[in-house]
This record gives sequence, structure tokens and C-alpha cells, in this order.
Amino acid sequence: MGLSLDASIALVALAPFLAAILAPFIHRLAGSYSAWILAIAPAGIFMLLIRLGEPVVGGGTIAAAIDWVPSYGLTLAFFLDGLSLVFALTIAGIGALIVLYAGAYLKGHPHQGRFLGYLLAFMGSMLGLVLADNMLALFMFWEATSITSFLLIGFDHNRQAARRGAIQALVITNIGGMCLLVGVILAQHLSGTWLLSELRGLEGVLKESALYVLVLALFVGAAFTKSAQFPLHFWLPNAMEAPTPVSAFLHSATMVQAGVYLLARMTPVLGGTDVWTGLLVAFGGVTLIWGALGALKETDLKQILAQTTIASLGLLVLLIGLGSEAAIAAMLVYFVAHACYKAGLFMVAGAVDHGAGTRDITALGGLADKMPVSFIGAALAALSMIGLPLTVGYFAKEEMYLALVGGGWAMWLVLAVLVTGNALLAGVALVVMVKPFLGDALPVPKSPHEAPVAMLAGPILLGGMGVVAGLLPDWLGHDVLAPGATAILGHGVEPHLTLALDLASPLIWLSALTWLLGIVVFRQAYAIRTVLRRLSAGLGWNADTVFDAVMFGLIRFAASVTRFLHHGKLEHYLVLVFVVLAVALFWPMLALGGFDWIVPTADLGDWSKRLVLPDLRPYEWGVVLLAVLGLAAVLIAQSRLIAILSLGIQGTALALIFLLFGAPDLAFTQLMVEILSVVILTIVMTNLRLDARDHRPFEDWARDGTLAVVCGAGVSLLLMLVLSGALDTRLSDFFTATSVPIAHGANIVNVILVDYRGFDTLGEISVVMGAGIAILALLRRRKKAEGVGP
Amino acid sequence: MNTVIFRTAAPLIVATMLVFSVYICLRGHNEPGGGFIGGLIGAASIAVFGMASGVPAVRRALKVDPLAIAGFGVLLAGLSGLLSLFIEAPFMTSIWLYLDLGETVVPLSTPMFFDIGVYFVVFGTLSAIALALESDREEDL
Repeated sequence: MGLSLDASIALVALAPFLAAILAPFIHRLAGSYSAWILAIAPAGIFMLLIRLGEPVVGGGTIAAAIDWVPSYGLTLAFFLDGLSLVFALTIAGIGALIVLYAGAYLKGHPHQGRFLGYLLAFMGSMLGLVLADNMLALFMFWEATSITSFLLIGFDHNRQAARRGAIQALVITNIGGMCLLVGVILAQHLSGTWLLSELRGLEGVLKESALYVLVLALFVGAAFTKSAQFPLHFWLPNAMEAPTPVSAFLHSATMVQAGVYLLARMTPVLGGTDVWTGLLVAFGGVTLIWGALGALKETDLKQILAQTTIASLGLLVLLIGLGSEAAIAAMLVYFVAHACYKAGLFMVAGAVDHGAGTRDITALGGLADKMPVSFIGAALAALSMIGLPLTVGYFAKEEMYLALVGGGWAMWLVLAVLVTGNALLAGVALVVMVKPFLGDALPVPKSPHEAPVAMLAGPILLGGMGVVAGLLPDWLGHDVLAPGATAILGHGVEPHLTLALDLASPLIWLSALTWLLGIVVFRQAYAIRTVLRRLSAGLGWNADTVFDAVMFGLIRFAASVTRFLHHGKLEHYLVLVFVVLAVALFWPMLALGGFDWIVPTADLGDWSKRLVLPDLRPYEWGVVLLAVLGLAAVLIAQSRLIAILSLGIQGTALALIFLLFGAPDLAFTQLMVEILSVVILTIVMTNLRLDARDHRPFEDWARDGTLAVVCGAGVSLLLMLVLSGALDTRLSDFFTATSVPIAHGANIVNVILVDYRGFDTLGEISVVMGAGIAILALLRRRKKAEGVGP
Repeated sequence: MNTVIFRTAAPLIVATMLVFSVYICLRGHNEPGGGFIGGLIGAASIAVFGMASGVPAVRRALKVDPLAIAGFGVLLAGLSGLLSLFIEAPFMTSIWLYLDLGETVVPLSTPMFFDIGVYFVVFGTLSAIALALESDREEDL
């Protein structure tokens, strides 16, 4: 192999992001051919994965790591085993077809380059997700898929429905993302490793922990939101507001399967317990039936497909919950089958929309003549979805029945759910295949015409895959099923798929029953739809309306909290600030017994005799007198202007004290601050056009006065307390001793500011600038409100 | 306030204060001073200039928006810290360079550039606030 392993695997995860950044530029240069150029990235990754996958098929794994944060022992580790290979190949393979499809679907759209960029970025996140070994990297890629899918669903952001669908998907999947983050951190805490590959070796650690149920709930919560399990399924149909290529890619074979991937990946460490099986089988089963019935209720092709995707996701979760060898094998085969036929069907739905101008099945009919290739694509996909022999879907169905036949009553119940669900899905598949294409031609908005090659390549290739793979059970069993199942279960699994029909086995009769019921459902589709619509109308609300109510309530709650905290009354803000200051000053002193230090105790005798005047020089007395005079002037001044100036006098006296006692830097700064604050206060005062005099009612005056005295006393007492103890001079000794030799500066204050604690200063000057911007914003807003200036 | 004496004397005061502010800023490493106090003096001079000649004249004289100066200061301070990455030392490790110009030795250092950054931030932010307040008043009256 030409490339080193590290480089190759990193390339798989990073190349799509590079392509995503380049996409808009390539689109500007190459125009409508850009999709063909950009499809090289996923296609190349697909080929690379096939080459990398050779040892994996034999049962091995490939691991590679790049240092990430070495000081915390974190590595950006990737690994490739049977499970990740199946997912990665699906993502890259379908990704290449989708990029081509999107090029044709959005032909001439002004933002096509951006769209292709989002699509490729999503693909990179998804590949990273299934290849990540480090759980934190897994989380990052998981969130990246949520964000890129938000951008893709909301691509048509001028429509309110698209924006709403995008926000809904983001909110729901991000709740899961937060669950995953906490779950991952807990798992690391319990096991001591960030690496999934190491975690797999520590089988009992999580299961035997007291926190097992919590960890399980977090991971399952993450998977259920992403994989749209009931009752969190409702975001997926709304995400159909996305352009069709997005639905075909994200909402069939990739993003929504991330939850399935996570559950399969965690099976060795979390699976096999009663809680696990109960949770997954129950929710999976309900989701299966709910989605299948939901599909029958809809008439829009994309909505129908979205609902069947929910059903299929439920089925996959159910199979993982069962966890037996046959169930896991069925899960993998069904995943491959579903990825092929569902992506294909979505692309056909887009082609029908493109050709006929509508996606409503009640308005479509007889398109097979005008759109023969699309019809073939739809038929191939639908056959696999029904699960007829010679398709991959058939094996998937056989395997899942095999997993259940011969169990206890609970297994028979699950089997009944599976047969019902599969029959409903088969009925939907017939509806999707037959209704638009066969029968009488109906008048449609556009004159029906076949879609361009780039839009047909996907359905035909994927539909063909579904059949070809079905004809090669040995390859399917050996190269897909066995390595994948081995990776999930942790022990070797032998493939046993065969084309032969064994009429003595109950499996074939269960399949026949499924088909029969499917035909019944198809015949009665109209009646079922009517009944379901009446039922849901009678209910009056659904998960969607609940979501809206919750979001609306959240916004109202946030607004009321904001109104409560930010009432806009400066006077109250100031009172609050100073009350808190007073509490912060006095409480520690009271709690820690600080007063005992300051207030002289009885054994000192008559303390009033010990009071002496400090020994100051005359000019020092002069400065102190100046400060006191300034203060007195502030208190007795009638005019605000005089009060401000007197405050400046008091501050200047303080600066002089600093100067006399050997702190010239402090004195300098104090002086400048005093000057500027007098100037600014004066300007603000005249600006606000306040009365020259201060007319406060007595109660305000008393409140402000009390607060001022309390805060002032608090600061004074605290300073006395600090000075009464022995000053710890270790730091100042260090600075004095080292300032010149190691920091080359004699001014310790400045050296501390710009060198020893430069990082603090960097933060402070950023705050200074931020405060300046805020003040300017406030001033400009006021000017605007007054209608003065810009 | 807008007396002839003030308007005549103001440019002289402003120029002196500005030069002094730079002097205070640069000498700060060894003697009282530094970027912060230098910036305060500079901003005070701008405030005086604004009172004497009007805000539009000051803005024209400054050429750039004072907030942009502050932003440049943050950038300069941050970048001076990044220089240490080139000698494979942690962020903000100081680097010293003594330029020998025959008669005297001029010490250049990353903390000096950092301090100049501080000067620009304080100068820019406070000038921006002072000018905004002053222009507000002008338009009001």
C-alpha cells in the first residue's frame, strides 16, 4: 500500500471536508459539471475503503491514531472493523451517487456549490463517526452530523417550513448529543479509557457498575433521538422539507442510522441485559408499527418514504435489542438492503417530482411509459423492500424470522409484530411502485419526462445492487455479514445464507404470509388511509404540536426571566450591586470570626488610652485634610457638578497619598482615572439633562446613605483586618528578586502586568475593549431613539 | 468653555500630552509608567482635543476609528505572545533582542510590543467613549 495507514484513514475522514471547502470554488469554475468532479472524492474513498478493507473481511481490524492532546493522553484514534466497514462503504458509495444526483437535481440553482459543500461536509462527519475509536471524537462527529444536517434541511431557508424542520431536527438530535456526551464521559470514568476498541475488551466493567442503568439510558437516549424512535420520531417527517438528495442521503441510509450504529457498537459493553433487551425491543417494535401505519396515512411520496424509514429504524433497533447471532446477522443484512432500496426510492421520488411536477400519489398514475428507467429503479427497490427471493431484502427477512422462530411466547409476540410490520411495509412498497407508474395516466402539472442520467444512475445502481447482492449469498455472507457480526458480537460468526428454498422450514411460510398480508394491505390501502386519517384527526394533537407548545413555552419562559433580571432600572441595578458587595464584605468576616482581630478584647485594658495620633509629617497631614475636605464637600454639595468635582478632589488626594508612600505607578493611574472620570461624569450629567440639584425622596436618600456607609465600613474593616495579620511577602520577594535578572525590567508593577501575568492582562484588555463596544452601542441606540444622528 | 484661549492652547496641550503618553508608555518597563497609564494620558488628550476643536475635527485628525485602534491593540498584544511559538516555548514567553547601535543598546522585546498593545486598547477604547459622549452633546445643544 502506497500510503501509510495513519494517512489513509485520516484521509477517509478528512478528504470530504476538504472537498466541501473547495465545492463553491469548483462550482464557480466548472458550473454544472462540478458535481461530476466533486463525486470523485466519495468515489475515491469508496475504492480506498475496499482496499483497506481486505484484512478486515478476514476478521482483523485496522487501527491508526494521530496525537490530539498528548498531555491528556487523548489521541484522534480511528479504527476499521467489520461494522465500521459496512457503514463506511454504504456512506461513501451512496454519497458518490447522491453528489451526482444533487448536481442534476439542483441544476442552475445559484447556491448549488454551497449545497454540495454541505453535503460533503456531512459525509465527512458521518465517515468520521463510524470510523472514530476515541469516544470524544465520536461525539464531535456526531454533533457535526447534527449541524450539517441542520444546514441541509434548512437549505431552502426562505421557506418557513424548511426553517422549522431544520430547527426541530437540530433541537431533538442535540438533546441526544448531550446525552451522548454525558454517557461517554461516564463510560470513560467507569472504565478508564476513551477508546471504543479498548472498552470492548472490558466487557463487565459497565454492566456490573452501579451506574449501568444511567449509562445505558444516556446512550439509548442518544441513539433514539438520532434514529427517530417513537416518541421522538416526529422530526424526521418534518425534515423532508430538505431538498430530495438530502432526504435520500441523510434520512435513509446515513444520519438516522448513526443511532443504530451506536447501539450496535455498544452491544458488547452494554447489551445482553434484560433492561437492554426490554427497552430496545419495546421501543423498536412500537416504532416499527407506528411508522408503517404512518406511511399508509400519507399521500406525499417523500412523506411515505420518511414514515417507512422510521419503521425500518424501529426494526433495526428491535433486532439489536434481541442480540442473538441470527438477529445481529439480520440487522446487518437489513441495513444494507434498506440503504440500497430506500436511497433508491427517495431518488426516484425526486425524479418523479422533477418529471411530473408533483409527488402526491393520488395525483400520479401511468408514468411507466414516459419514465421507464425511473420505473425500473422503483421496481427493483420495491422488490427488495417487499423481500422477494433473489433480493437482499429476502435474506434480511429470512434472517430475522430465523432469529425468532422456536422461542418462548415473548418471541412469538415479537414475531407477530415483525410479520405485521413487514407486511405493512410490503404493502407500502407496492403502493409506491404501482400507484405512480402503472394504471391510467393522470393529468399532472408538467408533461412527464424522464430525468437526466445523473439522477437515474443512483436508483438503477442501488436497485441493481439489491438484486445482484441477493444473487450472491456467499459474498454477502462472507464479506458483509460475518465480519460485521463478528465485530458486534465479539466472537466468530459463520455465514449460512443460501439461495435454496427449503419448503419444510417455517421461514418460507412466514415469508409467504408476509407477502400475502402485504397484498391485502395494498388492496385496502385507500380504506386504511381513510380510517387512519379519521383516527388522527379525532386525536387532535400529536408529538409535533407538543413540540411546538414546549418550544413556545421555553421562549416565553426565557423572555419572562429576562424581563425579571433585566428590568432596565439603573437605580435598582446599582442597589443590587452594592447590597451584594456589602454581603460579600461582611459575611466572611462574621463567619470566620474576623472581628475578634480588629475589635480590641478585654485583656488589652482601656483601649481608648492606646489610641494615638499617627506620626505624620505636616504635608502628609495636608493631603489627608484635602481628602477629608473633598469628601465633606461631596456630602454637603447642593449642585451635582460641585459634587462631581469634589469627588475628583478626594480622588486626587488619594493619588497623592499613593505617591507619598512609594507607589508612583498607582498614583499616576489614580490621577488619570480621576481626571477622566470627572470629565466623563460631567459630560454624562449634562447629556442626560439632569437637574443641577439632587432631589431624592427621603427613603431613597436613607437607603443609598445606609448602603454607602455599610460598604465603606466594610472595605475599611477588611483593609484593617488584612493589615493586622502578618503580610505574606513571598510573592513580592520573588518579584523583587527576579524582576531584573529574568524579566529585564526594573519596574515591578509593569513587569508583572506585561510579563509575569501577561495572560491576565490580555484578558483584561479584551474586556476593556468589549466594554467600550457595549458603551458605544448603548450611546448610539440612545441617539437613534432620540432621532439624532445616524 | 470654548474660549479663544482654550482653543488656542488646546493643540499645544494635546501635542504635549500625546508625546508624553508615548514616553510614559515606553519607559514603563524600568520606571513608573507603562501602556495602561500611557493610554489614559493619550485618551485624555483626545478628550481635550474634542472639547476644543469639535468631534468631527478630531475624527478627521485620527484618520481611523478609535475602536479600530483598540482592536489593533488586542491583536498586537495577542500576536506578541504568539511569537514565542517560533522558539518552541509556551505562549507569551518573553523574547529579548538587544540592538547594538554603537553608542547605545536598544532593548526590543515581546513584552514591549505587548505593552504597546495595551496602550492602543486603552487609548482607543477611552477615546471612542469620550468622543461619542462629546458628539452626543454637540448634537443635543
